Amino acid sequence: MATYQLTVNGERKEVTVDPSTPLLWVLREDLKMTGTKYGCGVSVCGACTVHVNGVATRSCMLPISLLGERAIVTIEAMNDDAVGRVVQDAWVEKDVVQCGYCQSGQIMSAVALLKATPKPTDTNIEESMGGNICRCATYVRIREAIKTAAARLK
Amino acid sequence: MSTANTNDNELQLSRRSFLRVSMSAAGGLLVALYLHPTAAAQEGSQPRPRPKVYPPDAFVDIRPDGKIVIQVNRLEFGQGVQTALPMILADELDADWSQVVAELAPAADVYKDPLMGIQMVGGSGSIAHSFQQYRELGAKTRAMLIATAAERWKVAPNKCRTQESVVYGPGGQSAKYAELGSDAARSVVPASVQLKNPSEFRLVGKNIRRLDSRPKCDGSLKFGLDLDLPNMKVAVVARPPVFGARVKSVDDKAARSLEGVRDVFEIPLAHGTGVAVVADKFWTAKQARDQLKIEWDFKGVKRADSSQLFAKYKELARTAGLSAMARGDAKALEGIDASKRIVAEYEFPYLAHAPMEPLNTTIRFDGDRAEAWAGSQFQTIDQMAIGEVLGLKPEQVTFHTEMAGGGFGRRAVADSHVQREAAVIAKRFRGTPVKLIWTREDDIRGGYYRPMHVHRVEVGIGADGMPSAWRHVIVGQSLLAGTPFAQYMKDGVDNSAVEGASDTHYNIPNLNVSVHHPTVNVPVLWWRSVGHTHTAYVMETLIDELAARASVDPIAYRQKLLKPEAKKLLAALGLLDAKSASWRRKLPKGHAFGISCHESFGTGVACAVEVSIQDERPRIHRVTVAVDAGIAVNPLTIESQFQAGVAFGLSQLMEKGAITFKDGVVEQRNFDGFVPPYMPDAPVAVDVHIVPSTEAPTGCGEPPVPVISPAVVNALSKLTGKRYRTLPLVTV
Repeated sequence: MATYQLTVNGERKEVTVDPSTPLLWVLREDLKMTGTKYGCGVSVCGACTVHVNGVATRSCMLPISLLGERAIVTIEAMNDDAVGRVVQDAWVEKDVVQCGYCQSGQIMSAVALLKATPKPTDTNIEESMGGNICRCATYVRIREAIKTAAARLK
Repeated sequence: MSTANTNDNELQLSRRSFLRVSMSAAGGLLVALYLHPTAAAQEGSQPRPRPKVYPPDAFVDIRPDGKIVIQVNRLEFGQGVQTALPMILADELDADWSQVVAELAPAADVYKDPLMGIQMVGGSGSIAHSFQQYRELGAKTRAMLIATAAERWKVAPNKCRTQESVVYGPGGQSAKYAELGSDAARSVVPASVQLKNPSEFRLVGKNIRRLDSRPKCDGSLKFGLDLDLPNMKVAVVARPPVFGARVKSVDDKAARSLEGVRDVFEIPLAHGTGVAVVADKFWTAKQARDQLKIEWDFKGVKRADSSQLFAKYKELARTAGLSAMARGDAKALEGIDASKRIVAEYEFPYLAHAPMEPLNTTIRFDGDRAEAWAGSQFQTIDQMAIGEVLGLKPEQVTFHTEMAGGGFGRRAVADSHVQREAAVIAKRFRGTPVKLIWTREDDIRGGYYRPMHVHRVEVGIGADGMPSAWRHVIVGQSLLAGTPFAQYMKDGVDNSAVEGASDTHYNIPNLNVSVHHPTVNVPVLWWRSVGHTHTAYVMETLIDELAARASVDPIAYRQKLLKPEAKKLLAALGLLDAKSASWRRKLPKGHAFGISCHESFGTGVACAVEVSIQDERPRIHRVTVAVDAGIAVNPLTIESQFQAGVAFGLSQLMEKGAITFKDGVVEQRNFDGFVPPYMPDAPVAVDVHIVPSTEAPTGCGEPPVPVISPAVVNALSKLTGKRYRTLPLVTV
């Protein structure tokens, strides 16, 4: 066990966990932030996507001991994020979700995309979203919602 | 309207007859799942459901703050029923939709499917079976509110009207539902009520957005896996590498030495035995499991092997199986010249459901009671199973229906194996809630797959270019054999393996469909759209081949071959033709269109896809879908179900879209080996068109799935000249 200081959604947090514990499980079990989801545990489904220093990152294979001072942002902060809020609103307007389990990760990937590329092409969208599985396969509406959000962002 | 107290009383009352009713009703479930309910009733193989009075107060709670809380008697796992059922009730109730809150009902007698007799989601039956029920509930509640207001105002109830959660009297009086709720709850439930004329619907038929969108977009919605209870422990289980193997010995020294591990012990499984690890947290439990050294006893355990099974299945397919359909002249095929015959052999692999939220169940055992939390498609059955393991009656198990991250059939398991594992573990931790988590690896390797199948079809073509003789042999494990539901197989035939072929709507005069059900040591389960996953593929690729041979337009060919009584399919095909004709006529070079149509669960679907080949894979540029599902309760949900459901159906074509066995062991481990469609694999655009209808609504959860794969390969065949009879699609 070791103690780590983290910055999550702008707040300082302290956790004492096994150093191998992935960020995902620290968020979910130690910080009780369950918006970030466990889907595969091997970084191939994207359900656990968070932003680490602004970069969309899979949290399920990222040991807490390697995180250092990097800033972590999760789905729980998207209500207060200028781009995040627009993306969430587009998701609701387009009635994107079905089971919804993957959508935290989809939205985190979409927000990262739109922050880097405010007017994404279909190719940009497929490249950035191409690592997030939606088993319900709501991809048509995810694509539409990203375009809707992009149109609203200055 | 109800207080918590009356609600509880209602549940208690209904639970008295719980066990008896659910046992006898299991048959209703299966019969109706595999025969079309209407057909079953006509054949007299299923007793007509008794007319039943549902107490509105178990379903509707009109609160003093104006909120109207509606209990949903189904699991919500993406299909949108948590919005659609409240819409139906709120419409008849004339409720203010902005004040409606939906809750997933716990397991209780009153929430059982009115037709199936158990609380469940399956067979695309949620709307089909509860449309009338929720309409009556809404209308009765409205009548009680009107009666209460009329009594206050000393006016005749029929002089009152309602709108947006307000009752209006003839003399300009008005009262909000919220003010009337508590008195109305004490009034008499009317035995019968007048339902709206469909032209009066205000919500049904409108595009209504989901009620659960926002909490699913901000991370606040709690799925079963997100449950956090005081002092909760987490369990994972090491299961044998071959189904049915047993623990011979276990060295758990290293596992136990990890800080936070609470116990390590052997448990019985539905197939063999395993070792449970219980810890304070998931990561600890998983690490501990990784450090177990287990020796397995494989004595008497059969090892499945996909390539051997396919060889065996192909042999079997050359012989007639148990008859599922025999129409016309059995020898008609022999009379047709070999040049006018097609012989086609198809292979389908095992498929995992792999819902995004891994399987899980939380149970706290308190000695004389237990509480369980699970995203379950079979609440009644899972509640009974937990009770059985814990030595409790079902009514002693409070069973909460948790929002589930997908399911596709995987949460409707007759043996309740996940809940039984969880109960065995919880029993050892009396008073402490334990959450059992299946890791993704456990899920991919854990069985309960769509069974592998071989089809062998011989078609004889008549002088008119239409199939005049059709001999179809299907080989695949039965879903029902070896389960308590085996008694519902008819003459050894499991209808779920032949549905979509034996009951084809194509007018084939001499039709013979038979089936072999080999026994294989692999647990199998219904997978979204069940038998139609493979039968539609075979039927729709062969019909397309016949149309091409006859040089007839694939839509026109189907329209000609369908029986006139296949009204839904014909309506869907007609609409598809109209909506896709313009783009089908001007395709870019290197693009082709493919057609298919199929009816399942009472819903007729036709689709056209535009496909090219990119990087040696099908690229799906566009899909047009036409659907006849009776009254479209929520057209927005139907559109969404079809847009996504066809992409889900493409799972079957994915290059790594198969579960395979080598020497008894599953060869895939996770989403890197069993790969579902990602965004680039899905259609770029899907437009959905709904046939206007006044018929009773039918389901839309499963019917999108069967049509897409045959349509895509029908387009590929035009591009390559090849026929695609082996899935998954490894090469184009």
